[in-house]
Amino acid sequence: MTAPATTYDLVRLIDAEGGVVASDRYALPEPAVLLARYRSMVVGRRVNDQASALVRQGRLAVYPSSHGQEACQVAAAAVLRPGDWLFPTYRDSVAIVERGVDPVELFAMLKGDWHCGYDPTVLKVAPQATPLATQLLHAVGVGHAARLKHEDTVVMALCGDGATSEGDFHEALNFAAVFRAPVVFFVQNNKYAISVPLARQSAAPSLAHKGIGYGVPAVHVDGNDVAALTAVLDEAVARAARGEGPTLVEADTYRMQAHTNADDATRYRTSEEVEGWLLRDPLTRLRAHLTSTGVLDEAAEARFAAEADALAARIRAGLNEDTVHDPLELFAHVYAGGSPQLDAQAALLRDELAGPQDAR
Amino acid sequence: MTGLTMAQAINTALRDAMTADETVVVFGEDVGPLGGVFRVTDGLTAQFGEDRCFDTPLAESGIVGMAIGMAMNGLRPVVEMQFDAFAYPAFEQIASHLAKSANRTRGAVRLPVVVRVPYAGGIGGVEHHCDSSEGYYAHTPGLTVLAPATAADAYGLLRQAIALPDPVVFLEPKKLYFAKEDVDLAAPVLPIGRAVVRREGTDATLIAYGPSVPVALAAAEQAATEGRSLGVVDLRSIVPFDDETVAAAVRSTGRAVVVAEAQGFASVASEVVARLTEQCFHSLEAPIRRVTGFDIPYPPPKLERHHLPSVDRILDTVDELQWEHA
Repeated sequence: MTAPATTYDLVRLIDAEGGVVASDRYALPEPAVLLARYRSMVVGRRVNDQASALVRQGRLAVYPSSHGQEACQVAAAAVLRPGDWLFPTYRDSVAIVERGVDPVELFAMLKGDWHCGYDPTVLKVAPQATPLATQLLHAVGVGHAARLKHEDTVVMALCGDGATSEGDFHEALNFAAVFRAPVVFFVQNNKYAISVPLARQSAAPSLAHKGIGYGVPAVHVDGNDVAALTAVLDEAVARAARGEGPTLVEADTYRMQAHTNADDATRYRTSEEVEGWLLRDPLTRLRAHLTSTGVLDEAAEARFAAEADALAARIRAGLNEDTVHDPLELFAHVYAGGSPQLDAQAALLRDELAGPQDAR
Repeated sequence: MTGLTMAQAINTALRDAMTADETVVVFGEDVGPLGGVFRVTDGLTAQFGEDRCFDTPLAESGIVGMAIGMAMNGLRPVVEMQFDAFAYPAFEQIASHLAKSANRTRGAVRLPVVVRVPYAGGIGGVEHHCDSSEGYYAHTPGLTVLAPATAADAYGLLRQAIALPDPVVFLEPKKLYFAKEDVDLAAPVLPIGRAVVRREGTDATLIAYGPSVPVALAAAEQAATEGRSLGVVDLRSIVPFDDETVAAAVRSTGRAVVVAEAQGFASVASEVVARLTEQCFHSLEAPIRRVTGFDIPYPPPKLERHHLPSVDRILDTVDELQWEHA
């Protein structure tokens, strides 16, 4: 068994200017890994900004953007193995895309077609959780079931700083610790729960400190440094896979845009604060590092931009298509065997859809 | 089996389900070595090991939330909510996730979870130990809600509930846990969704479920000595609801009283009355009446007998079914 991983001091491997920070605990990921992460972050940023644009065009009802949190998004999904599970929230669309889910299926929810547009069983991606922290317990259940079945499945459970105030966050950490469930609790501390700042969520020295009360090792990591995130999350996944139980990871990041397009962030934070964080953009930092080390050249940069363009075009095309809805599907999935009452209600709707049968 | 209690019948159902299907797991508070506060899970940990029947931390949302995840990963959890009113912390997990997952995912993630709830009153329990919470669950689409009234049904319905691909709230009437009954566990049991006529009657129909069924049967017995023939229908399955059986019974008599322990306002009993009024209006000789608990928080033990439907209150209500028009 490895020593507890707890580190409350911020883990950082690449600084805001792209320089390498020495660490006696974590190794800098290989250049090829960092280049792959960079590509994913370029694509992820484009997914965020394309989705926001589609809201302005009326194609999506709403989009909670993770603009500025792309390092967290990409790392959370990229460290998982094929059989592992991801439990995302509504702000984790980029992590879901990184996991391989078709963004057109993913955005069916925000387009208003159905509550979850993809089949969670295909790529082991749970539906995006809208209630806060409830999904963390489901993650513990998937992990505990895996243990009982002697499988080495690991579960990556995402939530934000606001969700750490919920009772289910506490219950999930506690259950995971007691059952040594193979779960990585990955908190993206982006400093705001809609408008409410972190100071109103918690008086703890850090959210990572919450781990000690549960007996869960915790790590505090720079959430805009994908190198550090990769190293920390890789270690947490490996621990879980070895049967050594859960880890709590707090990523220090920032929600650079409003909660959603319906929100007005100028009402609760200053532009100076936002500008300070813009200087710590996760893409800028990694680009500087990869360029200065000769890993990223203009050709690769152009290739990634073209990939992002292509995906954005696919998202636009997919979401500009009008979906054909079958209103009778509303009754189709509630009970596997249906029910006499739902059958009668479906018949009523079917008659309404058929329109008047007699000339009046 | 002679002299089997409902608690033993449920225990046997769990044991048989766990034997038949190794994906069935049982967990909750005190269900392990203790065997549950009502001893319903007695001996399961000893027989099947700690991986199959285990105690959890004391947190109901956690229990149901973890069950959801375990069901997502191929297991069939049967969880116990120690007492009815202690299940409320789990309500968000039940209403927002357990009940909705199949619909949310277009059938891709069905959750075969059974939430067992020792429920209702009549046991002299202190506050928070005697709620009739069926209305909350029955009002939540996606849940199947069952309330057995006999040991045989408790066994048969629980076996069916565990086999179902969808979530079930299984309401176990605490006051019937230790009532003894001769049961043939191998005998076929009516499926989920079917009510049963427990007693034929020609003058009026009593409709009850769970703990109110024996009270309704006692009222019918008493009425018979007074020259009135009351039928008794046991719903067994609150959701899905057996309109056909219940409406047929009421049409045959033209008079009905719905009996339930839960407070009557916006209740399952109200729903039964509304459905029957829509379906049987032209057969009715009198408005359908309800005998339910009062619209008050559950009373302290020394006052609960005034709150619960009694034989006398049922018969008084039957007397008011406009017999002058008969």
